[in-house]
Amino acid sequence: MQLQTTINGKPIQAEVPAETLLIDLLRDDLDLTGTKRSCDMQICGSCTVLLDGQPVSSCSLLAYETQDRQVLTIEGVSLNGSLHPVQTAFLQEYGLQCGFCTPGMVLTTLSLLAENPNPDEETIRAHIGSNLCRCTGYYPIVNAVKKSVQLTNNTPGD
Amino acid sequence: MLDKAYGVGERAPQVDGPAKITGQAKFAGDIKLAGMLEAKVLRSPFAHARIRSIDVSRAEALPGVACILTGNDLGDIDPYYGHAVRDRPIVAIDRAKFAGDPVAIVAAESASIADQALELIVVDYEELPHATTIEEAMVANAPQIHDTEQLRLGLFHGLGDFQPHNNICYEHHLEDGDVEKLFSKADEIVEGEYRFPSVYQYSMEPHLTVAHWIANDQLELWSNCQHPYLVRAEVADIFSLSKANVRIHVPYLGGGFGSKSYTRLEPMAAAVARKAARPVRIANSVTESMWTSRRHNMICKMQTAADKDGMLLARKVELWLDTGAYADNGPRVVATAADAAAGPYAWQAQKVDAFGVYTNRPPSGSYRAFGATHLQWIGESQINEIGRRVGLDALEMRKKNLLKFGDTIRKGGKPLDADLIGDIQKVADGLDWGEKRGENIGRGFGIGLLAAGSRPVSTSFLRLEADGTITVLVSTTELGQGARTAMSQLVSEVLKVPLSQIRVPDGDTQITPYDRSTGASRSTTLAGGAVHLAALDLREQLIDIAVKMWKLSDEAIEIREGQVWGGDKSATFAECLEWHFGFVGGELFGRGIVRPEEGQGTYSAGPVFWEVCTGGVEIELDRDTGEIKLRKVVSVADVGTAVNPSLIKGQEMGGAAQGLGNAIFEEMHFEDGQLMNGNLADYRVPKLFDMAEEFVSVIVQNEDGPGPYGLKGVGEGILAAMPAAIVNALGELGIEINELPATPERVWKAMNDSRQDDNTLQKKIGGE
Repeated sequence: MQLQTTINGKPIQAEVPAETLLIDLLRDDLDLTGTKRSCDMQICGSCTVLLDGQPVSSCSLLAYETQDRQVLTIEGVSLNGSLHPVQTAFLQEYGLQCGFCTPGMVLTTLSLLAENPNPDEETIRAHIGSNLCRCTGYYPIVNAVKKSVQLTNNTPGD
Repeated sequence: MLDKAYGVGERAPQVDGPAKITGQAKFAGDIKLAGMLEAKVLRSPFAHARIRSIDVSRAEALPGVACILTGNDLGDIDPYYGHAVRDRPIVAIDRAKFAGDPVAIVAAESASIADQALELIVVDYEELPHATTIEEAMVANAPQIHDTEQLRLGLFHGLGDFQPHNNICYEHHLEDGDVEKLFSKADEIVEGEYRFPSVYQYSMEPHLTVAHWIANDQLELWSNCQHPYLVRAEVADIFSLSKANVRIHVPYLGGGFGSKSYTRLEPMAAAVARKAARPVRIANSVTESMWTSRRHNMICKMQTAADKDGMLLARKVELWLDTGAYADNGPRVVATAADAAAGPYAWQAQKVDAFGVYTNRPPSGSYRAFGATHLQWIGESQINEIGRRVGLDALEMRKKNLLKFGDTIRKGGKPLDADLIGDIQKVADGLDWGEKRGENIGRGFGIGLLAAGSRPVSTSFLRLEADGTITVLVSTTELGQGARTAMSQLVSEVLKVPLSQIRVPDGDTQITPYDRSTGASRSTTLAGGAVHLAALDLREQLIDIAVKMWKLSDEAIEIREGQVWGGDKSATFAECLEWHFGFVGGELFGRGIVRPEEGQGTYSAGPVFWEVCTGGVEIELDRDTGEIKLRKVVSVADVGTAVNPSLIKGQEMGGAAQGLGNAIFEEMHFEDGQLMNGNLADYRVPKLFDMAEEFVSVIVQNEDGPGPYGLKGVGEGILAAMPAAIVNALGELGIEINELPATPERVWKAMNDSRQDDNTLQKKIGGE
């Protein structure tokens, strides 16, 4: 089928079979390999992208469901060559190790901050608690989200 | 952030952070070759079955299918591999030995075509009697998993001569002193039978390999493997290639935790690519990765004897580890478990009999802190029980009985290289040991040792390029632990250059030199040791150049701020090279080689160092449900010297999370050999909500390790300590656990068992 969607601000037109999953469209057809595949069943969060600002598991979403909508992947987070404050926060707080859950964590954090620019710790934990990480024990990730709140609110025009 | 020199001990930012945070870091699954086929694996549905025939004709006829590999295609190669025992064919030959055993592989233009083709393959199986548990495999007349007398040993088991027999893959025995005599005169004997479950490492990135042949004699692989040089040797052997003609690229790994140790999908991918004469990728699903590597489940019988003053006398241990259908790293796990069984105490006698058992289950291999995790909770709970009987608390028991620095651990091996009493005191302090605790609040800790470092063979080259960039050629694998950051800091310490001037590229066996493996907490100590020596070598060469350039003595030359200085003169590395070569090109190479300091670096003479496994917890128990809530974790990382305290703390927090999973909820369930919870919905790993509110990380730096600056490895110990700490915290609440995971159900049952003596309660229960 003919798909028209916007990915990282760029209009995309593609002929894709109806059963194509969003993750395959991103990784195989568009070479956006920052989106990572793991559990394939919406448990782990490593394939998270934002669809109209909401976090979704691209492993369990058909590509055509993004018709006429906006998709944001990790490749679209840092534009013009500079890191988004959320990315800086993750680096400052050692909020990543192997890096496999990281794109999903960053995007999930972005969706939280868009909804609530000043979340308290409980809200942070509830929001990112659905994503799995096997390296960090989660503590530095919670700290990274807290730091993200700080850095985002201190960045003019963001 | 990286525009600065960070020496040893500094909290350097992660050098791979920017690539990972932007999604630009390449993992094996991000590699795409022109003309690459996708391969899918047909797996046996039966735990044990004879393959009478395989009909692939309909599958082969499916448009888009390039080729199908079965056991009939392996005639012109040596199809059996296994670094310990060569017991594993690339795909099943005649017999499938576990439910999930590869039987055929389809390579097709797309993954979905390959999946469709799998459905069209017709296999005529004859089900055979199976032995899917340790007990079933050990009875007389048990079904035999292998024709063991025919089995050959692998290329680097490192454990001396042995021969599997019956369903025993490997056995390891330690005996010192007269155990029976000491037991006969003991005042207190604690004994029990214990079970440890099979668990899955779950690195978030499943196993994946891309294989590409160049002509018929050169093979190129991209694989998420921890030990590329060991994989290279095995693959070369299978296909009768020169090792130098097998090139393995190792990009970033999405976690490993041991699951990517040794050879995994590489022989399958190479064999299919060879038949298809095109590049092939095999990408495991999580379920397939659970069939590819897991942690050994175990049965253990342990007895501990002490006198009435709580002085430990002797320990007797028998243990059986289920290695599944193939040995994998089972023999080493058995040996390491045997080493960990007695615990670090001043025994007068000990006897350990450890067995690795073949069963019709998926193969078990390495998982972070193997052996120690299996045994520490058992041994440590018995020490606490002795203490309760003689009236000594857990800390007093440790102070009275723990080994001291320099004491013998096992005859002929490395003596103790750590201050255990100092370490456990720090754990106790972190837990406010001895302070009053609330109702249903339990505190516990554990301490043990893990034979770490594996073979001490690591090498490195540093390239100093004409513009001053330093490229660190080292084959240690970056799997999240921060190896590339640690290597960069070791270079920065010696050459005083900012991290942005240092590069640590992907491992590549054609370019980055030999390193034995990435595991056993060895990278910073051994690969880091090689990098450190290479940096010193480079430093000396730069000083030599400056001596000639400025006609000064070498004492007058120093290196600071990324430059060479002689009195008031200074030159950048680039300027030194330009003077040296008389041209704006040319490079210097630093060389670092780490080999056994004495002897041959064998297992019995080792380990390279003893990793201290210690930590403590405070838990809250819900007596109505048996549920445990973790309130606090204290980890003590005894690292000799900390290269980067932030990365060490990261290892401790991550290791503790995995230890929690192993201790209280992770378990692979099998029924007749079938994995019943083979996905992340049914197999639960720790989530954010499971973590303790408080995490106390203590780093001990006694400069007593064998690495540069007296450092030693870290990252596994806390995993082994967590189940011990949790079981001991339950013990303080009167609950005796002899099977992990300590699920609410098991805790509840144990709680009610241990109340049997309580008459009031019995009456109450009876009354209801």
